[in-house]
Amino acid sequence: MQEKLVVPPGSETEKQSRNEPEVYAIQAENLVRRFGDVEALSHVSVSIRKGEFFSLLGPSGCGKTTLLRIIAGLDHCDEGILKIAGRDATQIPAHKRPVNTVFQSYALFPHLSVRDNVAFGLRMKKVAIEEITKRVERIMALVEITAFAERRPGQLSGGQKQRVALARALVNEPEVLLLDEPLGALDLKLRKQLQVELSQLQRRLGITFIFVTHDQEEALVMSDRIAVMNAGKIEQLDGVEDLYERPRTRFVAQFLGSCNLVEGVVREVTGAVASVQTTMGDLRVEIGDATRKVCVGEKITLAIRPEKMHFNSKVAENQVKAVVRDSIYSGAETQYRLEAGERMLNACALNSRVGSQGLNVGETVLVHLPADALIILND
Amino acid sequence: MSLNFIAALLYLFLYAPLAVVIVYSFNAARFGAGWSGFTTKWYGALWENSLALSATKNTLLLAVSSTAIATVLGTMLGYGMNRFRFPGKALFGWFLYVPVFIPDIVMAVAMLLFYSLLRKWCSLFELGLTTMILAHVTFQIPFVAIVVRSRLVGLDPALEEAAGDLGANEWQTFRHVTLPLILPGIVAGGMLAFTLSLDDFVVSFFTSGPGATTLPILIYSSVKRGITPDINALSTLIVLASIAGTVVVTLLQRTKKV
Amino acid sequence: MNTILSKSPGSEIKEHISYRGQLKRSAITTGPGLVWLVLLLLIPLAALGVISFLSRGDYGEIQLPFTLENYKRLLGFGLLGFDSLYPAILLRSLALGAGTALICVVTGLPLAFFISRLPARFKTPALTLVIIPFWTNLLIRTYAWQILLAPESWLTRFVHAIAIGNVGDPLYPGTFAVAIGMVCDYLPFLVLPLYASVEKLDWSLAEAAMDLGANRMRVFRHALLPQIMPGLIAGTIFVFLPATGQFVIPDLLGGAKTVMLGNAIQQQFGQSRDWPFGSAIAFVALALVMVGLWLYARKSQGKGGPDLL
Repeated sequence: MQEKLVVPPGSETEKQSRNEPEVYAIQAENLVRRFGDVEALSHVSVSIRKGEFFSLLGPSGCGKTTLLRIIAGLDHCDEGILKIAGRDATQIPAHKRPVNTVFQSYALFPHLSVRDNVAFGLRMKKVAIEEITKRVERIMALVEITAFAERRPGQLSGGQKQRVALARALVNEPEVLLLDEPLGALDLKLRKQLQVELSQLQRRLGITFIFVTHDQEEALVMSDRIAVMNAGKIEQLDGVEDLYERPRTRFVAQFLGSCNLVEGVVREVTGAVASVQTTMGDLRVEIGDATRKVCVGEKITLAIRPEKMHFNSKVAENQVKAVVRDSIYSGAETQYRLEAGERMLNACALNSRVGSQGLNVGETVLVHLPADALIILND
Repeated sequence: MSLNFIAALLYLFLYAPLAVVIVYSFNAARFGAGWSGFTTKWYGALWENSLALSATKNTLLLAVSSTAIATVLGTMLGYGMNRFRFPGKALFGWFLYVPVFIPDIVMAVAMLLFYSLLRKWCSLFELGLTTMILAHVTFQIPFVAIVVRSRLVGLDPALEEAAGDLGANEWQTFRHVTLPLILPGIVAGGMLAFTLSLDDFVVSFFTSGPGATTLPILIYSSVKRGITPDINALSTLIVLASIAGTVVVTLLQRTKKV
Repeated sequence: MNTILSKSPGSEIKEHISYRGQLKRSAITTGPGLVWLVLLLLIPLAALGVISFLSRGDYGEIQLPFTLENYKRLLGFGLLGFDSLYPAILLRSLALGAGTALICVVTGLPLAFFISRLPARFKTPALTLVIIPFWTNLLIRTYAWQILLAPESWLTRFVHAIAIGNVGDPLYPGTFAVAIGMVCDYLPFLVLPLYASVEKLDWSLAEAAMDLGANRMRVFRHALLPQIMPGLIAGTIFVFLPATGQFVIPDLLGGAKTVMLGNAIQQQFGQSRDWPFGSAIAFVALALVMVGLWLYARKSQGKGGPDLL
């Protein structure tokens, strides 16, 4: 916000930004980053809308932090183009980019007080002193750190440091706020609390947040959209609900929540319904994703979430006979290990009735796999 | 023999030379090892000794100016070696240790030889304070660089990234984040360099010219002629200054940790 | 990813800066110091190397032809047949360096253990007492031994009284005085790194060994020594290398019979005015130190300290 990117008048980029409404805060095209022989990012393209809470989710080593660092300008990409607010920022150094970062280790300056930490960015940009004082006070009040403004970072708790790091970044009013696993070092209770606070803050300020995490639950709770990353690629980018309900790859299906995978061969396709032969018998599957072409004879993998299976329901199709091998009661729900057609399935049932209701170990049950709950994966 | 007894003997062994110098500086006898009464007259004589005074001045001038140059160059070197790549860096990293381990005398004669070769072209290398400063800076630079670099290694790289992320350019980052954080290392390196310069005898001896006598050179030439009580008085003052310096530094380090 | 990256060695390198940018910044930061060291150290040492292959003129000037004569003379094969003077100096330097290191190890070990077993509040003062001599001018500590070891001093009389050496033989100058001066000078060099290792000792290993019935010597040998080996080796190197190249101590305490490499160099550059030969001795002294250092660095990098045994 403070630093206007310098664009020569009449240049390609300027025309573009004038004509198109700026809906994207970040546009990455074909980003590649190599460390030696390893591609930490291989041809990643992603567009992040203005004002959305966007998460990069994936296991460690998947490239999410690398992508974040490239957006921040702390790392360079070997190929590709990065646009911030519609302007090419690929070659712009970190200190001239209208983005700010909340670091995983917070990276608060140990030799400066909380107040000076927060004021750092504005001072570096030579903002007028009265303006700095005003903005620093306002942001410190917003994240509730005014009480310890004179302390050094060494005297703060983890949660307090987190707030200071947030204030130090937000005071610059960035186009995009980057958060690199900012809640990773906190205990569970504080995490939950800060998750809520962060989402509320984001909605209030309307600033684009890009949030890196390896915690799927955290990502689901906070985000508008999530990009699931694996091995330097984006596996799937979708809204929170779509991502959970319609995972497109094995990796996404299993990384986000738990999922049963069933291999099979397509026997016939009629309209939007396919009949798939599996070791548990033939299953009717609704092809939810219109872009996925299914051919007869093709080997495919089906995915179904444990909570989407029903026991002993009075439906004719997609009933599978299974034996209960194990059950784990966990209060609100019970999880079962079922053996069906020489393979194990995980199922879970909400304990919605009063009194004992569970299946017994060793019992044989009919499990219904609803045709619309079976998802055809792309790999 | 118990551990305590051995340790006591070793401390005695380490301090016997210092003690004997201090004691003999109060000995009234002009020659010999016999004790002939307590006196402070040698300290008075020292004050009158213009040679000792000018040697003190030279020593301090040499130490201050060489340390100033070496601290700046060494800090830049330590920072650059830690942060940037250049061809031949590994080799140079090795070379940096040469002045640390090279025998004083080898470095001294190499300098002497080099200066005498240069004098054939340029009178600037006439032996004197200038040549001594050049020589001292040469052995001080690596010590400063190594101390500063070890301080940089312990620094969280995210701090500098954070500064850049907040809009600080490279110079601002160095000035407002890196420099304050490595300042203890720079001070430590500078003090090390200063002490090395004060203590140096061999390199000074070979690169000094007439009129550029330092305290160690003065002591050496006096000792060669036969130890006199006023030299003991001078040495006592140096010993006391060293003790005071070491104690102050130790105390400073301790308060910093708490 | 993040933790792996930030902990990998060399992560302080600013990777996001392009290679040309790195070169430019290197030139600005490293450049001045590098140029200084090349001009005032590398070139002088190279000049020393070149001159060591030249000859001495009648008036002490340096002149052609190139020759190996200086090195031959150093090894004892001079123009006048075999002469053991310089080989003896070389061996004496190595022996005195090694001897000093050995005595420092034997005396430094108890001192390091003594300090580490003191109550916490006495540790810093005890350590400071070791550091003070370390920071005190070497010349002063060395010439003090001239006084202490003088023929009529109480120390000399005491030593003679407990029947070491012949009565009337002075303790100084000579090899004994040099050894005393060296140990006194270099003991702190050994104690400081050694103390750092001793302080980190895991005593539970020793207790376990005691439980298993090992005697004190065996406990030390098998449970404690391997742990402090890195510090011990580093300390030994810090003593051996500079002691071998010492000049001041043998100059003040050694006399004519205890000439070491340092004194031989000084003599050639001083009274004898044979700079090429002096350069050859200096070059050999430098080579000894650098080879020693290189061996140490290679071993300790490859395997870690304890394997050096």
